[in-house]
Formats: sequence, C-alpha cells, structure tokens
Amino acid sequence: MNEMKEKILSVIEKNSKISIEDLAIVLGEKESDVAQAIFEMEQDKTICGYHTIINWEKTSRERVVALIEVCVVPQRSRGFDHLAERIYNFPEVDTVYLMSGAYDFCVMLEGKTLREVSIFISEKLSTLESVTSTATHFVLKKYKDHGTIMVPEQKSERQLITP
Amino acid sequence: MRNPLCSKVQTIRPSGIRKFFDIVAEMHDKDVISLGVGEPDFDTPWHIRDEGIYSLEKGRTFYTSNAGLMELKEEIDRYLTRKCHVSYDPADEIMVTVGGSEAIDIAMRAMLDPGDEVIIPEPCYVSYLPCVVLADGVPVPLALKEENQFKLMPDQLEAAITPKTKLLVLPFPNNPTGSIMTKEDLAPIAEICIKHDIFVISDEIYSALTYGTEHTTIASFPGMWERTILINGFSKAYAMTGWRLGYACAPKVILEQMLKIHQFAIMCAPTTSQYAAVEALRNGDEDVEMMKESYNQRRRFLVHTFNKMGLDCFEPFGAFYVFPCIRGLGMSSDDFATELLKEEKVAVVPGTAFGDSGEGFLRISYAYSLEELKTATERIERFVNKVRKEKGL
Repeated sequence: MNEMKEKILSVIEKNSKISIEDLAIVLGEKESDVAQAIFEMEQDKTICGYHTIINWEKTSRERVVALIEVCVVPQRSRGFDHLAERIYNFPEVDTVYLMSGAYDFCVMLEGKTLREVSIFISEKLSTLESVTSTATHFVLKKYKDHGTIMVPEQKSERQLITP
Repeated sequence: MRNPLCSKVQTIRPSGIRKFFDIVAEMHDKDVISLGVGEPDFDTPWHIRDEGIYSLEKGRTFYTSNAGLMELKEEIDRYLTRKCHVSYDPADEIMVTVGGSEAIDIAMRAMLDPGDEVIIPEPCYVSYLPCVVLADGVPVPLALKEENQFKLMPDQLEAAITPKTKLLVLPFPNNPTGSIMTKEDLAPIAEICIKHDIFVISDEIYSALTYGTEHTTIASFPGMWERTILINGFSKAYAMTGWRLGYACAPKVILEQMLKIHQFAIMCAPTTSQYAAVEALRNGDEDVEMMKESYNQRRRFLVHTFNKMGLDCFEPFGAFYVFPCIRGLGMSSDDFATELLKEEKVAVVPGTAFGDSGEGFLRISYAYSLEELKTATERIERFVNKVRKEKGL
C-alpha cells in the first residue's frame, strides 16, 4: 500500500466527513489522486464503510448492548471461519472476533430490551451445533468507543492569547 | 513617597500580547475563536501524565539537585545525540530549568556586562529583549525580511556586528514566523560568529516541529559547540507547557555560572515535571510524530487558504504558526487584528507584538483543530473581502 493511501486512512479514520478537497489540501496531494485512491480502497474493501459514533444514551431510544463469549468445537476441514459466518450472518450481530485465550468468539450485539437479547442468545446462538457454551455480559455504560471518549467534553481552559 | 521602582524595569514596555489578551478577555464572548495561542492544543500524552502522577504517589515531593535529576540530564544528552548530533556531559554541561524562558534569562544574566550588545533577529519571541535589558545589555534588534523567508542572512548579521557585540540570539524554528534555518543557512552564520568571536543563544524550543526537513543546531558546527548555549524544553514537543520544564546545555565554564543564578533564584525545576519528562524522552517519540503529522496537515491547510484569499503567506517549515501578509489592505497589523476581533470575533496576534518588523503581518497559530481553523478562516476571508470592498481594492 502506498504512503498516500495510508495517510488518507489515518485522517478519515478519525474524520470521515472531511471533503476530498480538504483532504487533498491537508495532505499536500492532488485532489484527483486522492479521489482515485479512495475509490480504489472502497473497491478493494480496504475502506469497508463510513459509520457514525453515536452516544445512544443521549437519545430516547432504549438499547441493550451485550458482549458474549462463545466457546465452540471447530469443524473438521472448515476451522472457525464457517462457524463465524453462521454467527455473523445474523443481522442482530454487530461484531464477531476470533479470540485467543479462554474462549473462541467474541460476539457483540445490540437489542431493544434485555429480553430480546436473551432470546437471541438462548434460541439462536446457543443452539448452533458446534457451540459448547456461552457467557453473556451486558454493557452498563460506554466510556470510550472507537477511540472517542463519550463523556461530555470539558471546556478548554487554555488562555485565549499567549506568546 | 519615593518611587519604589527601578528605572530599568519601568522602561520595559508591556508585552503586545498582553494588550490583546486583555481586549479579548474583556469581550466575554463565547463566540470568539482565538488563533492567538502559542501552545499545543493537545493534552500531554497520557503515559507522561501518568508518570507525573506516579511520582506524586511515590512521595517524590522533595527538591532535586539544582541542575536537575541526573536521570533526566542523561536522557537529555541521549535525545540531543539522537536528534541533533551534539553531546553534552550530564554532570556539568546540562541544567534543567523552569521552561526555556528561565534558561534565556539566566544565560543573559550570566554572560552580559553592562554595555554588551546582543543581536536579536526580529520578529521573535517576546522575552529576549527585556531579558537583555534586565541583564544590563544593549539589545540590537535586526529586522528579518519576508523576501528571505524571515531567515537570518549572513550579510545582515555582519552589518549589525560592532566591537561591543557579545551575543547573537538564534530563535529557530521561529515563533512567530514559522521560519527555520537549515544546515546550509547556518553554515555562514557559524563562520561569522567564529570570525568575530561572538556567542550564540540558540533557542530551539520548536526543534521537534519541523516539516519535511530535519532540524539542525548551530552547536553541531565545528568550533560552535564551545560558543553556543543551546536552549530547549518539553513544552512544544510534548505538549507540556504547564509543566514548566526546559533545559540549557553549554560548556561548563558558562553553565556553572548560569547554575549559580538558578540556584539562588529558583533552587530547582519542579520535581514532578522532571520525572514526567524522563518518561517523555524515553517513550515519547511516537507521540511527537503523531502531533507533528497533525500540525503539518493544518499548516498545509492554512498556507493554502491564506494564499487563496489573496493574503500572501510564505510556506513556513517549523513551529506551529503561519505569518500571512496584510500589507495590501492598507491597514496596520494592530488595526487589522482589532477590527477583525470586533467584526468577526476572531482573535489573531498582530506581527508587531514580536517586534517592529512584524508590521504588515499577523501571527496565526495552528494549534487548533481543522474544524476551528476552517470556521476562523471563513470569517477572516469575509472580513478581508469587506475591507477590500470598502477601500475599493
């Protein structure tokens, strides 16, 4: 991957709203080159999407987030990937990681209520053939997400003019 | 009652920055965007703060030795060897000070006899001139020119030297212009200093913030180490302004006299800050790179934006300031800054706050987020267009 692409990624990872024009200016590159590089990375799925980090607590929407540790028996000749696919295809599931250590998959999902999440785990996830056990943890509060601190930002106490 | 004050102090003009600070503060307006700050917008990296907290938890609340923690002085030597290719003996050639500012002050006081002349290239940081006056020296301001990208030119320096010249202040990378002196720029300056037997106070507080080029210290030239007082610190590189920590490096014969003043005036730099600084030098290179990349992006944005709105702005390769020219608008820097603040609520510092040769320029700091810079420059552009329209330019 060329240097310009990596620089683009490091900027838009933190600010996906930046315009192509501004991006070209801050990186000292040509606008057309930056547009082309982004197009290429979207095509080859280096850039997989543009999402928004939302603090749902500030809205009236009720949500429950759960982190589930899943232990499985890997399947002969298919390893973990096939199983992961069976889990991540559920639209309820947000995140699936294969982990080292005490359990195999880390699955994160969001539901409207505790009951909705519980039903999904007990009826859909636990009943998958190769799943041997699950341990569910509910998220009580999000302090930081994707590198963004969610507590209200304090007012800057920096002096307005200094030498 | 008699006058309680000494006449020397009374002759010193208050800083032009202070005047502007007061105007802004009096406005009490939340909508004011300030681009007038001379310190990083980043917080000190967490691992450095954590080390400061840890040192407090461990009860390290005592004085350190006058010159600073040996551990820190050793790290400073390693850092300078790694980054600037100069070495100092931590035992008697390095001292830790309360910011670079203290080092500037005590270097002047240790070196100047009444009447000794000090050449100060301007525009520059506000403290050199008063420090020279307080040390009974004679400041000799030297106006740097935009056509030379505000670099110190050898012929200019040569012309300013008299038999009384003792010191040259070399403030690069420069606040307020963002100008730097490359190795090639410094070579003839070094020659002149040696030829005329003058000493150099090299204020390199912004040395970590150069863009597309590596910083060179004049102390690394043959024959210059012996006649250079190298001043640096943690404020700009590691976003540690409030920790008040800097350092001076010089040959023992000079440093031991500086240390004497420091010992009586200050005792030692803050202990918590010194422990945090050890961590900064050991494990902070990546943080500096990250911050530098951010500054560089904003720098490109501002140079581009000012040139686009027709305010000529030479490309600065150091520090975190751009220095656009407003001469074409037929206003003084002071009037421009005052009007801009009133009309568009953007605070910038007039170039004249950094010496008379700053007339016609503004210091714009890019220690702000890109979003803030965008909003502020939109307002500046609106103001500039209005001025042009009114004056039929």
